[in-house]
Amino acid sequence: MEVGIVSYGAYIPRFRITPIEIGRVWGQDGKAMAKGLYINSKSVPSPDEDVVTIAIAAARSMMRRVDIDPADIGALYVGSESHPYAVKPSGTVVAEAIEASPLISVADLEFACKAGTAGMQAVMGQVGSGMIRYGVAIGADTSQGAPGDALEYSASAGGAAFLIGSENIIARINSTLSYTTDTPDFWRREGQPYPSHGGRFTGEPAYFKHVGEAAKMMMERMGTSPADYNHVIFHQPNGKFPQRMAKMLGFTDEQLSRGLLPPMIGNTYSGAVPLGLASVLDTASPGDRILMVAYGSGAGSDAFDITVTDTIRHFNLAAAPTVASMLENTREIDYATYAKYRGKILMKG
Amino acid sequence: MPVARFWRDIPSRYNLYGSRCGSCGKIYFPTRHICPECRRSSIGRMESYRLSGKGKVYSYSVVHEAPPQLAVLKPYVVAIVEMDEGVRVTGQLVDVDAEKIDIGMRVEAVLRKIGDEGPSGVIHYGFKFAPVPD
Ligand SMILES: [Zn+2]
Repeated sequence: MEVGIVSYGAYIPRFRITPIEIGRVWGQDGKAMAKGLYINSKSVPSPDEDVVTIAIAAARSMMRRVDIDPADIGALYVGSESHPYAVKPSGTVVAEAIEASPLISVADLEFACKAGTAGMQAVMGQVGSGMIRYGVAIGADTSQGAPGDALEYSASAGGAAFLIGSENIIARINSTLSYTTDTPDFWRREGQPYPSHGGRFTGEPAYFKHVGEAAKMMMERMGTSPADYNHVIFHQPNGKFPQRMAKMLGFTDEQLSRGLLPPMIGNTYSGAVPLGLASVLDTASPGDRILMVAYGSGAGSDAFDITVTDTIRHFNLAAAPTVASMLENTREIDYATYAKYRGKILMKG
Repeated sequence: MPVARFWRDIPSRYNLYGSRCGSCGKIYFPTRHICPECRRSSIGRMESYRLSGKGKVYSYSVVHEAPPQLAVLKPYVVAIVEMDEGVRVTGQLVDVDAEKIDIGMRVEAVLRKIGDEGPSGVIHYGFKFAPVPD
């Protein structure tokens, strides 16, 4: 059975802060940070936004673009590392908000930044086996870095939702595979507000190893080479890592550019690869082939080989905001406002 | 607000479910069990009705003195929105700067956090309004 993307929706909060502004406060060279990370601004959620509201905004856009009965959605998974509750699934609120409740399997997934793509694999399996007609996979985050930490320059917010099914698919998922090891490059212990990272350890043995291996294994499985793809999307904790990964594997900047969002919005964690895919699909043409590789610290990579179908010609993209429109409609804030919005100021309780 | 009361309101708070009078067709939000115009003849004929979520700003005011829960959002805008179905609904207006709001401006319902019961309490989600992107 063919399984693929029937619809999708994206959401990026409107506020932005620049590395220059963050550097100004901490006495660091924000300009150099921006250049080093290839991040010129990052998205900041409003105080009334969290993973649940971002997931809902994306899921509602996804539903607006197709005419399907939400009761036909049999599973919904929200992948994030910043679920607002430790216990009480984000997905329950999302399912209710798109009126897919109550006959639906819901779970919150966690695997650092690749929980959204892990959700795509889970619903693909259920659709492919005939267990459900449609399933929804969402990747969304509102992650934070400790004040003054390097992560503060990149950690941002956003997400995207994908409706997976076997009828009227706009993009066929030809294959998926995962590459997983026990690698302590980045973690956050229960109850800690900010994550910790293994410094330089995050690059070679972690990101590049897993993303690179998964990409190579996928191309080997499919009998493809970089030249066979119109677009490539790698997990994007900053703008530089995916550029380097692309070069190492033999992809060009042109193949990478459509799905590379960190220069404008920073690192949306679980939202990163899903938003990159949404950005690519927003302007995709029938026959376009996409290689997508997510990465989650800890560590693992999910690779997907995707082909855009003729059905995309009839897809009602205009029924919801495109990624490009959300990159344009923004408002820059200063560090004081950012600190207030993100709860970094200790209030009298 | 008690958790149970909020929970019962979820269909109206998430998806703007109100009522439609089966007798005269008038739409109400929030839910009503009797149509004030048809009175007895509407009993048992009130249907659940989902508003489209789209409407225009009928009136608004900028709130500078906020309850502690909303202090971080200050100043914020509360608007009366005339929904396309004719009914007026009050809600916070987000994602727009106060000086850019016009009477008649097109808005649509979005779902946001509307409060919580403290750092260990339940989080309440509900509709607010945002400008329709053009
Ligand atoms: Zn009536």
